[in-house]
Order: sequence, then C-alpha cells, then structure tokens
Amino acid sequence: MIIEAILLTIITAATPLVISALGELVTERAGVLNLGVEGMMVMGAVSAFAATAITGSPYVGVVAGIVVGALFSLLFGFLTLTLVANQVATGLALTILGLGVSGMLGESFVGQPGIKLPQINIPLLADIPFLGPLLFKQDLIFYLSIALVIGVNWFLFKSRAGLKLRAVGDSHASAHALGIGVIRLRYLAVMFGGACAGLAGAQLSLIYTPQWTENMTAGRGWIALALVVFASWRPWRVLAGGYLFGAVTIGQLHAQALGVGIPSQFLSALPYAATVVVLVLISHNRRMTLINTPASLGKAFVPDR
Amino acid sequence: MRIELERRPRLSKFFMAASPLIAFAMTIVAGAIMFAALGKNPIEALDAIFIMPLMEVWSLHELAIKAAPLILIAVGLSICYRSNNWNIGAEGQFIMGAIFGSILPVVFYGWQPEWLLLPMLIMGMIGGALYAAVPALLKAHFNTNEILTSLMLVYIAQLFLDWLVRGPWRNPEGFNFPETRQFAPVGVLPEIFSESGRAHWGFVFALVAAVGVAFMMKYTLKGFQISVLGQSERAGRFAGFSSRGMIWFSMLFSGALAGLAGISEVSGAIGQLRPVISPGYGFTAIIVAFLGRLNPFGIVAAGLVLALTYLGGEGAQLSIGVSDKVTRVFQGLLLFFVLSCDTLILYRIRLVFSGKRAAEGDAA
Repeated sequence: MIIEAILLTIITAATPLVISALGELVTERAGVLNLGVEGMMVMGAVSAFAATAITGSPYVGVVAGIVVGALFSLLFGFLTLTLVANQVATGLALTILGLGVSGMLGESFVGQPGIKLPQINIPLLADIPFLGPLLFKQDLIFYLSIALVIGVNWFLFKSRAGLKLRAVGDSHASAHALGIGVIRLRYLAVMFGGACAGLAGAQLSLIYTPQWTENMTAGRGWIALALVVFASWRPWRVLAGGYLFGAVTIGQLHAQALGVGIPSQFLSALPYAATVVVLVLISHNRRMTLINTPASLGKAFVPDR
Repeated sequence: MRIELERRPRLSKFFMAASPLIAFAMTIVAGAIMFAALGKNPIEALDAIFIMPLMEVWSLHELAIKAAPLILIAVGLSICYRSNNWNIGAEGQFIMGAIFGSILPVVFYGWQPEWLLLPMLIMGMIGGALYAAVPALLKAHFNTNEILTSLMLVYIAQLFLDWLVRGPWRNPEGFNFPETRQFAPVGVLPEIFSESGRAHWGFVFALVAAVGVAFMMKYTLKGFQISVLGQSERAGRFAGFSSRGMIWFSMLFSGALAGLAGISEVSGAIGQLRPVISPGYGFTAIIVAFLGRLNPFGIVAAGLVLALTYLGGEGAQLSIGVSDKVTRVFQGLLLFFVLSCDTLILYRIRLVFSGKRAAEGDAA
C-alpha cells in the first residue's frame, strides 16, 4: 500500500506543525505574539531526547519536552508581560537562546541512537482496512495532537474561560475593566504555547527522526507561526493547514528520492516558498485579516494602578 | 512578592545610557554561573572569552573582521526597526549580496580589470536590496507580515547558495570540493594595515555606514520621517509621510547594507563562495541593533562586543575546552538582559511584598 505509506509519513511530518501552531494559536488569541516557537520547540526536542536517553523511557521524554517547553516560555512571559519588553524582539531572543542552549546541552547526544516512541494500537479500530493503520495504529503524540485540536476548539468557543481568553486578546483594557486578570491569563496562554512547542519538539526527536542533531527543528517553528495566520486563528484550519504543509514536505522528499530532474536544494526550498505564497494569498485581503486577527495582538498591557 | 511597574514622567536619561552596561554585567554574571555549573573555572573561562582575544594585535584584526558585517547589517536594521519594519531576514540578504557580488569574479573570472572591486561591491548591494525587496513588496502591496516572509527567504537563500557552489559555480579545478574559484587578486578586498593583520576594508565601510546613518537621522528629513512613522504611523500620515514608501526605503536600505556586508565578507575574508559563508551574522546583528539601542554609534560598540563573543568562543574552545556553542548562549542571554533592562528607561520597578493591591488586579 504505497498510498497508505505516503499518507503515514505526511501525518508524521504534519503532527509537530499542528501541535506547535495550536499552542501559538492559543497564545495569540490571548493577544501575545510569541516569535520564540522555534526556540521552545528545539528545547523540547533536546530535553525529550536527553530524558529518554537517561531514563530509557520515551514517555519520560515526552513529559520532559512539555515541561521544558513551558518553563522556557516563562522567560518570554516574564519579559513581555511583567517587564513589558517588546514582544517581537523578545521572541527572537527566545529563539536565539533556545538554539544556543539546546546545541550546548545536546552536544554529548549527537550521533547517539534514539529510542522511538512506541506505537499504540487501539483495539478493533486498528483493524479497519486503510483507515486503521493511518489513524489508530499511531503513537501517543499523534493522538494528543487530535485531542488538542478538539480540546482547543471546544475551550476557545464553548467554554467560559475561553471566552475570557478571547476577550483579553481582543481588548485587554475592556477585559481588565471587567475584572479579568489579564496578565495571569496571558501567562497561562504563553505557557500553554510553550508546552505545545515542547511537545512538538519531542515528536521530532522521538518519532520523526529519533536522534538529536543541532537545529533539528529547521524552521518548523516559523512555519507554525505562518500556519496560525494561514488558519486565521481557528483550530480546525490549523489541522488542515498542517497536513497541507506536511504533504508539501513529504512530496518534495519523495521527488528527491525519485530523482526528478530538479536539483534537491530547489525541492528542499519548496516548503519555505510555499509558506510565503500561502501567507500572501491569505493576507492580501486586508479586511479579512483585520476581522480575524486578535485586536490586541502584540500590544503590551500595563494595568493602571 | 510581585513586581509592579510605574510609568516614569519622562524617559530616564540615566538608564538609556546605563541599561546596555547593566545588561552586559548581568550576562557576565549569568555566564560565570553557567561555567561553574559546567564544572569549569568561571574566571578562567570568562578571561578566555572576553579578555584574551583583546591582548594580541592579530586577534584585534580578527575582531574587526567579525565586527564589520555585524555593524553594517545592524546599522541598516536600526532604520527598519525604528520605522517599525521587522526585517529579520538579513542573513538571507547577506547571502544574496555575496552571490550577486560574486558573479563577476566567479562567472567572468577571465575578466580582471584593476577596478573590478567597485562593480563587485555595487552588485553586492543590489543583490541584498533586491532580496529585501521581496518582503517589502509583499508587505507594501499585499499586506503580508514581513517577519515571516523575510525569515523564510533566509532558508531559500541558504539552499540557493548551496546549489550554486555544488552545481553550476563549482570550481572545475577544485577536486570536486563544494567551492567556487578563488577570487583573482583584483577581486579581493584589500587589508587596511597589511603588516599587522588581516582586517579588511569592510570594517571601514561599517564605520562609514554608521556615521552616514547618524547624520541622516539627525539632520535630514528622511531621518525625521523614520522616527515619526516609527513612533506613530497615524501622526506620520497626517504629516503627509508615506508609510508604504518607508517600507520600501527601510527594507531596501537595510538589504543593501546586508548585501554589502555579504560581498565584503566573501571578498575580504573568505576569497571564494562556500556552502556556508556566515556563522549567523544576520541574526546576531539583530542583537547588535538592540544592544546598541538602535543608535549608530551604540551599534559600533555593540558590534565589537558581539564580535568578541564569536572570537572568544572559538578561543575558549581551544584553550579550556568549552564548546563553541557558548557563543550563541551568551548572545541570547545578552539580548534577554538588554530587553529587560530597557524596561527601566520607561518604568520604575517596584517590588510589592504584601498582597494588599492583589485584589484589584488579579481577581479573575
């Protein structure tokens, strides 16, 4: 089943994009633009790999990735929320620091064989022809990614706390006047984004390529940021967009393997070029962008006292 | 304990000058703790990174070589950031400048007039500016976020360079190494003081650019437009300044300087194109721009400091066996501390120990 094999690799390539973009979506819905996704993701990847190598259990690795991602995002939270530093610059700082620290921590793990996160077969459903192996013979992180899409969608649009979060993102001044703890909610949203980026990183070093290499995120954190714009801040569209990008990535890899007459570098550039094209298509309609973007996105909030 | 911010009635002049210094001191302390945690003698490690490279003349030359691209790029970026255009793709513009500038010495290698450098440098600037024109066009006319597009173009530029040096531009007499031909002597940027070290004219270009931008910001209408549009786009519009025009100007300007940095590095320091020509200068320059408070002379100082972290990192790897990855860590820490110290310019920071005001602020 060649189609099934290709679809499986697409899912594996898309999962980290979906997870990290979902986390960033929640952060941005709260009005915070965290450009440090790449840094948090790479920190998640290195700590997941290290924890797995030390304890021998990839599940400990998954937890380590999530925890480190969330803790690392707190640095960003402290600077932008407590000290009201510029969000764009702080996000960049987080990425630069993450790439540096992960490179240093991971140095002794380069070249070590990793342990892959085991597959979990869901009884009965796994036996469905075609769909079974695709959707029900997967690993924990894939199941989590689907649960996250459903959960985040429910949280944002069906729960009271989600309504508060969106209020904070659309007008922090009014939300504050209503007695909502703007800063506290934003901290939580930033940490959720960090945890998701960390989990996405864990997927990279435990499933996608079970090993550690420096800069192994290769711009996926930035593509996740673009995905949030592409999805106009809606969870289900993140899922769709993530699989689309996964398909482009895998498509170009297969094209390289088949040896079509195009230089491999041009094919490798495809996902990045596709990101630019998609961004242009989405954003050229100014009014649509305005309607969808959280109105307080990227703006600092200092409560009047 | 909580931290509260209280807005100052006016900007603090003291902290404007002191915040980069405080940030640097905090980075040193954090670095010392990090080395202690790694089991190295912190004094020895900091000495190897920040002092040793300054003790010898040849090493000062290396410092100038590394500072040149950082300053050139950061001076350009300061114009972008002051006018609220977030070009973070200088690394890509650097590479494209290097590629464009190398067309003459690589493709037309037989053509070697005395004045070859001049068109090379100009083409380098054009290459960088053209590459920056892509995010500028997309932002000005399609409303596309320049942060993401300029960054995506970095990856594309890196792959394009990789293809060139492995494919069509590979040196036919180079034993299949992924390199272009060595530039002919007329295509090599000369050294400034060739008796004492390798520092080339790129450093002079950087200083000239810094002085030029300082002049522009202080004495010209363009400089005024940059500050006004950056602080309030609305105010700028009322004054009749075009924010679309400013997108084009700032992006092309910073792209051209990044391109000049690229061709200067390739022609002055490397002498040929290789798959990798930059240890992340384009990204480090972002730190330089902020550490220098977006001020051209501050940027010159900051560029020298960041160049020192590159040089010291390499040195420390040899002398005390710490990984050269500490360079990136130091750079990241420095940017963090700069950004947090900048808060002190606008705000007074208060530590509140009791929970007396907590009720009104945090009751959700």
